[in-house]
Amino acid sequence: MKSREYQQIDPQAPPTPTQTPLPHHHQADGVDRRKEPRTPRRKWEVFPGRNRFFCDGRIMMARQSGVFPLTLGLIFLTSGLFFIFDCPFLVKHLTRCIPAIGGVLFVFVLITLLQTSFTDPGILPRATPEEAADIERQIDDTGNTSYRPPPRTKEVLINQQVIKLKYCFTCKMFRPPRTSHCSLCDNCVERFDHHCPWVGNCVGKRNYRFFYTFIVSLSFLTAFIFGCVTTHLALRAQGGKGLVFALQESPGRYPYMPNVFKLSLTHLFTAVELAICFFSVWSILGLSGFHTYLVASNLTTNEDIKGSWSGKTGEGVTNPYSHRNIFINCCSVLCAPMPPSLIDRRGFLPADESAQTSGVDIELPNLNNKSEINVCTQETKGLLESAALSPLLATSCPQGKPQTALSCPDNSPALKSDPSLELSQRRGQAHPNSKTYGSTSPLRTYTGLHKHKRASSHTARLTFDSHVSPDGDHGSKPKGHQGTKFATLH
Amino acid sequence: MAETHSLQDMRQQAAVAAKVFIQRDYTNGTMCQFQTKFPSELETKIDKQQFEETIRTLNNLYAEAEKLGSQSFIEGCLACLTAYAVFLCMETHYEKVLKRIAKYIQEQNDKIYAPRGLLLTDPIERGLRVIEITIYEDRSFTR
Repeated sequence: MKSREYQQIDPQAPPTPTQTPLPHHHQADGVDRRKEPRTPRRKWEVFPGRNRFFCDGRIMMARQSGVFPLTLGLIFLTSGLFFIFDCPFLVKHLTRCIPAIGGVLFVFVLITLLQTSFTDPGILPRATPEEAADIERQIDDTGNTSYRPPPRTKEVLINQQVIKLKYCFTCKMFRPPRTSHCSLCDNCVERFDHHCPWVGNCVGKRNYRFFYTFIVSLSFLTAFIFGCVTTHLALRAQGGKGLVFALQESPGRYPYMPNVFKLSLTHLFTAVELAICFFSVWSILGLSGFHTYLVASNLTTNEDIKGSWSGKTGEGVTNPYSHRNIFINCCSVLCAPMPPSLIDRRGFLPADESAQTSGVDIELPNLNNKSEINVCTQETKGLLESAALSPLLATSCPQGKPQTALSCPDNSPALKSDPSLELSQRRGQAHPNSKTYGSTSPLRTYTGLHKHKRASSHTARLTFDSHVSPDGDHGSKPKGHQGTKFATLH
Repeated sequence: MAETHSLQDMRQQAAVAAKVFIQRDYTNGTMCQFQTKFPSELETKIDKQQFEETIRTLNNLYAEAEKLGSQSFIEGCLACLTAYAVFLCMETHYEKVLKRIAKYIQEQNDKIYAPRGLLLTDPIERGLRVIEITIYEDRSFTR
């Protein structure tokens, strides 16, 4: 069984593209590649992860934008109402600085939000076939007769701590420390923090500082707007004179409306602002506080949730990445040199590889809109095509889709193997690696929980608990899911 | 990149015998460092000292790229104050060092590795995971 998997990778094969030719996940809408098979194509067009690219690869997001439009909408709505309804009043009664400060904060929030959403979080490109073959050769073969292959881990010593590096079956490499595979984006992300549906992207090494600045500035903005709105209402409510004064102030805005309605409109919008800000302030302030703690201890949300360094999993374990100094920890997370994007989105594919991949494209485009379950079938077809071109081990399909665990294993990596034997293999593999996260669909869990996110700040950590845990330990987790399901079947 | 084109030409003209992958060394944490262990496949091709010298220099360059110095601190603070908009216009410190690394690798290839039928691939093309050394069959091949 292991030898069967090894046969898939032929290191003597001619060099194949560094990105596997599975194009149908990720193409931005509107570009029809069938019309231009010969122009040199950029690497983002054949990127195997579940991402969306815009502006010819300059901007990228997760394929599922989550509630990112809602985030943008709420920020615009609240700030808009603030500038329209509160600022004029407060400028007259307090100071001109208020819209200035509000404006600066708003611009800051917007820029950092867009940067968090549109930046590559630190995605690791998948291993080339030659690399994957080399790693497979190095993994100790404990015995071909073994029903269960050993879990693929490698131990390294980092600052006197033993760290286990897990093998990612999707990306065909041992994940570096602090790297995790995001099941939603189907990518390994360095220093993986969490996948944030509010920004529609993963938060990892490269965009964590943007994310942190975003939530801190957003908490300032919401607190500021909340304060201004409260002041506005308090000033308006100061006796009848205040109300009359207000009525006299605002005839210009709605000249044809009776004064009563003008006041009600202002009150209505102010009340809307107040409600949004009230719920946001607590949750976002809580989140900022939590992330400030993480930054100061050089932890990721993923590590904190799993309790990797808090001693739950072992005695005397401390965070080996911490510099033992809060200031240095903060600097290393927020002020370190900005690492480059490793996926070279805008690089050109070599011409011969473009021709190969365009051949695959022409056969598969009509399947673009099918559901996730059918994507596995498409990928298998695509993989069979590419296997005909070059013996390439199938990638991505099963591990990236924990929701479709039942159907995926039937189309799992070893294309040439007997499916029933493959099922048994994967079940066998599941047991040593299975975790205790349960077999519920991770997507459903975190989406549901995120709707409650604004309810209280206490849920901030619990929310991440439920939505981060399925994302981490990707290589072994879906096997755990599948193992559980197979256990019920068999 | 010009260097890639010339290296690709070389690659196309000679047959690839094998590829050796130098993996990352994580003993100092997540910093980009490569193992200096001399692979057995290269024993007949290149001098061990030379190889280790190349890897050590690369490690030093990567350490410099990721160093938390006063310059990076100032750069980080300035970037934060401008909502990181400067990253859109300015070349970061890391990118500058990556250019130096690319130049160094090309130099090494020209002077040392190509005459021996070897080719170093810039790790950035492999996502900083490995240093890929391609061994060519045609030992008499020279540039």
